[in-house]
Amino acid sequence: MMNCPVCDGQVSLPEDVVQGELIECSECGTELEITSVEPLQLQEAPQEEEDWGE
Amino acid sequence: MSVRIGLLHSLIRKEEKLLINAFRSRGQVELILMDDRRITFSPGMDTFSVDVVLERCINHSRALHALTLLESAGVQCVNASQVALICGDKLLTTDALARHAVPQPRVKIAFTQESALEAIEALGYPVVLKPAVGSWGRLLAKVNDRDAAEAILEHKTILGSYHHSIFYIQEYIEKRGRDIRSFVIGGECVAAIYRTSPHWITNTARGGVAERCEVTPALRDISLRAARAVGGGIVAIDLFETEDGYLVNEVNYTMEFKNSIHTTGVDIPQLIVDYVLGVARGGNRA
Repeated sequence: MMNCPVCDGQVSLPEDVVQGELIECSECGTELEITSVEPLQLQEAPQEEEDWGE
Repeated sequence: MSVRIGLLHSLIRKEEKLLINAFRSRGQVELILMDDRRITFSPGMDTFSVDVVLERCINHSRALHALTLLESAGVQCVNASQVALICGDKLLTTDALARHAVPQPRVKIAFTQESALEAIEALGYPVVLKPAVGSWGRLLAKVNDRDAAEAILEHKTILGSYHHSIFYIQEYIEKRGRDIRSFVIGGECVAAIYRTSPHWITNTARGGVAERCEVTPALRDISLRAARAVGGGIVAIDLFETEDGYLVNEVNYTMEFKNSIHTTGVDIPQLIVDYVLGVARGGNRA
């Protein structure tokens, strides 16, 4: 369990979490990125850029 | 035989997580995560101890350049850089489809406001203006009349980077609320969905709803022809249904599929892993 850096709500993480994984805060809906697994760190995910896509 | 698979990525979305878990469910596979935000290249001196790299970047530019440099270092990549080059640019996609006689909507390309306006009027309203490089339905403009055409062309020229002055003009196809996305993996059309939306842009990233679509022989045929036209590999084909048959709208080379697994009942990530491992073991062409 971590705290959302935006709303300070509790964010639950999957057991198999990996660095770079996107997680949505269930309280405020902000998209968060796991920036480190050991130690666990998360921050607001980057904003969409012009050449993002598939 | 054990294989080493590199997964080139940036953010780990649901698709990448599904692929990671699918690779890790297989025996004799070592998965190396390669974050494009941390990797550096030294052209001419790089060595990468992987058998195949599966590209899953979110930025087209990073994907294209990383694939080019990896291939130069002797690494097999899925998809190949040439596929990324073609699919990442709608102009090049249209050219490849045309050279392979794959049916597609009528398209005109122009490089100035004046010639673009002439091209639009030659096609007839409405038309769709699209950035040559872009995805998820961003900056698409349905142009219904000359007033709108003049305004949008001026805005693109003055407010956009030069890239937005490469005018890609496509005839507007009335799709009656839905289009089709088919998924091709290594020469097989494995699944398809309808994307339904009250809006003329039906991308699921923009709220389009996915429903299962049967892969008929005709749908399979045009999907495989489109995939071959861009160089094969793992691609998603966007198609319009018309009274005269299917038209290929776009081909995507880092396809998103999270909304399509449950909808189609097809385990797309496991099929991707099968294909990539086949390439690594020499059975499939990259």
